[in-house]
Amino acid sequence: MSTTDILLWGVLPYVTLAVLIGGTVWRYRYDQFGWTTRSSQLYESRLLRIGSPLFHFGILVVIVGHVIGLVVPESWTSAAGLSEGAYHVQAIALGTVAGLCTLVGIGILIYRRRTTGPVFMATTRNDKAMYAVLLAALVAGLATTLAGSGAVGEQHNYRETVSPWFRSLFVLRPDIEAMAEAPFSFHLHTLIGLLLFALWPFTRLVHAFTAPVGYLLRPYVLYRSRTAAPARTPRRGWEGRPGDYPESTTGAGAPYSGTPEGGPRWPRNRSRH
Amino acid sequence: MRVMGQIAMVMNLDKCIGCHTCSVTCKQAWTNRSGTEYVWFNNVETRPGQGYPRRYQDQEQWRGGWVRTRRGRLKLRAGGRIRKLLGIFANPVMPTIDDYYEPWTYDYEQLTSAPLGDDFPVARPKSLISGEEMSVEWGANWDDNLGGGPDNAELDPMVQRLRQEADDKVRFAFEQAYMFYLPRICEHCLNPSCVASCPSGAMYKRAEDGIVLVDQDRCRGWRQCVTGCPYKKVYFNHRTGKAEKCTMCYPRVEVGLPTVCSETCVGRLRYLGLVLYDADRVGEAASAEDEKDLYEAQLDLFLDPSDPEVVSAARRDGIPEDWLEAARRSPVYALAKRHRVALPLHPEFRTMPMVWYIPPLSPVVDALSGTGHDGEDAGNLFGAIDTLRIPVEYLAELFTAGDPEPVRRVLRKLSAMRSYMRAVNLGEQPDEAVAAKAGMTGGEVTELYRLLGVAKYEERYVIPSAHEADGRRLEESMCSLDFEDGPGMYASGPFGEASGQPMPVSVETFHALRERQSSSGIADPGQRGARVNLLNWDGKGRPDGLFPPTASGHGSAEKPGETS
Repeated sequence: MSTTDILLWGVLPYVTLAVLIGGTVWRYRYDQFGWTTRSSQLYESRLLRIGSPLFHFGILVVIVGHVIGLVVPESWTSAAGLSEGAYHVQAIALGTVAGLCTLVGIGILIYRRRTTGPVFMATTRNDKAMYAVLLAALVAGLATTLAGSGAVGEQHNYRETVSPWFRSLFVLRPDIEAMAEAPFSFHLHTLIGLLLFALWPFTRLVHAFTAPVGYLLRPYVLYRSRTAAPARTPRRGWEGRPGDYPESTTGAGAPYSGTPEGGPRWPRNRSRH
Repeated sequence: MRVMGQIAMVMNLDKCIGCHTCSVTCKQAWTNRSGTEYVWFNNVETRPGQGYPRRYQDQEQWRGGWVRTRRGRLKLRAGGRIRKLLGIFANPVMPTIDDYYEPWTYDYEQLTSAPLGDDFPVARPKSLISGEEMSVEWGANWDDNLGGGPDNAELDPMVQRLRQEADDKVRFAFEQAYMFYLPRICEHCLNPSCVASCPSGAMYKRAEDGIVLVDQDRCRGWRQCVTGCPYKKVYFNHRTGKAEKCTMCYPRVEVGLPTVCSETCVGRLRYLGLVLYDADRVGEAASAEDEKDLYEAQLDLFLDPSDPEVVSAARRDGIPEDWLEAARRSPVYALAKRHRVALPLHPEFRTMPMVWYIPPLSPVVDALSGTGHDGEDAGNLFGAIDTLRIPVEYLAELFTAGDPEPVRRVLRKLSAMRSYMRAVNLGEQPDEAVAAKAGMTGGEVTELYRLLGVAKYEERYVIPSAHEADGRRLEESMCSLDFEDGPGMYASGPFGEASGQPMPVSVETFHALRERQSSSGIADPGQRGARVNLLNWDGKGRPDGLFPPTASGHGSAEKPGETS
């Protein structure tokens, strides 16, 4: 077990997890207004209507596949009478189809983004970085599926290396040795995946965390009382962001509580800026 | 019975001259920002015409509003909940920018910076979406005043429906063409299908005044509301990725001011008022079996604020006394329910719209006068209603799901009013029989005339203000639109220009605005948030808050806000 292995498979996952959770909580609190799909359907609909469902439904199947492959121990499927060979056949079939759908979908979306003027103009640097990592993760993942199953090169049973390591992370006793034994392609895919998770809270991918499943259960028409409206710290044009001034009584998130007796709150220390 | 209040509007189409002042002032106030170039919370359409966005009324194409299932229940026309969720990755029926229009500006710099030459420099149109040069082919009002002639007007979905039913009713030959204007804002429906379509629950109807709003913090940009609204009055801000819609100018309404569109209406054709309705029966009314019953069903929801039973129920449901008083004086209740001259726009969408219209009568008077008849004689007028240049059937397609009878009744009332009041004005004995023919009494005719003809500001806009205790907090509590240092500026958060916390909606305090409008003193809002809006400052004196205070006292001698 080398130092590199410890860093990569024993430390990095926890750093990523901390960034993912911390970043998401922070953004949820700080940036509700920026938390959106930032859809570009208004600009272009024809290609989007092919590419977007292909990508999204594909990736949902891919996620389910990951959960099954990583979370369910091999002993369980064997006990259920599924041989390793049979498991791999269904995994490769499902995984390749879903992976290809996803890849074709994102291909169409990237092509659309690059060639449709308004869509390209609405693409930020943040988006571009996210697309690069997402695409890399997809390609590496698909390659791993093909490689691991023995379709290309030597077969590798990741359910004896990657999966135990993944599960061990959550009981805080990372099985670094198991992971270190996995072939390079698995290492690469895992690392790109970790990078994607670390970027996640800071990109438009956050929209996935607010998938509107509650819609299935709620009443159609919603009423809200004015008084129940979410309170917000008011900011004047001449004021900085909430919390810029130590004297400020209303920090970010604190409910606004009526008229301060002294009238408008001025920055006390303007020259600081 | 569950009594709820609704701020509703009536527009008297006879008075609309199509000047678009409402659209322009609304745009200046609310959507004068990048991302909302194509967004018109208020627009004025020429009918017949395609409307905005093009052919929005054709629900076979746009799938907005509700439909009644065979079992008598209401379902969103675009599909049930599961179908909606399956469609969020790419909304199958969402208008693209071409269905509205591609907003543009002109390259004005070219006019001054072009090199000297023989030709006049030209400011070329540039797209505000792509930044490229573009050729302007459609706009928010391309077919204004029947521009484009029959080619455009033939595409009006209502005209097409009429064509199938009664071919000779619709003529576009020059001498026979007709038109009128239809100003439109969000309908603030009692049964809003946009709210029902929103997967993240960001859209809601305010319990107190029925205003339908989008919570900008909770909107995730799934775009289903755009499809859900049959009036296409929810727009997608393409910069922020969030839905925006007409807010009924709630920051103004909360302090008792009318909406910007009403305030600035040149023809004074808008009326604002509170109506009380029975919230328990909305679903039942909206699922009436025959579309033609929807108008009556909707009217039945309105509760009489003078009825003691309603009053005690309203008190039980927490409606304050001054709101009950406002409901009794409401011009909307008077026009829609008491006189029954206002009709809802497209009740067949089953959303129970709350902006009502008095159908236009004017052309018939002109037409009659033109043929040498007395245009205001009741006998002539009644007879002429069915030969109106604007076919009653066309109006019926707009306002009563195709049932011409209610439209005919309204027009008969309006013509009776003209005839009756002319007699009064000429000092003759008014003929009660004329009023009776339209189902009214002379007293009612006079009352209707006062409301339509001479009602002053305070009678046209009867708006109960939100309670002061709430008022202060409300004023800045919700953000429909984002502001940073004023309209058009975005906060620059770390995730692009639209991220971070939005500014409160009231860039100026609306209490201060009302103060200024209704007092003779100088604008000196001594309360919280007393930033002086220079546009509103009348130049008299030196209001508090004009300059920031300094440590040495009140700061009047200091230069304001020196930069570093």
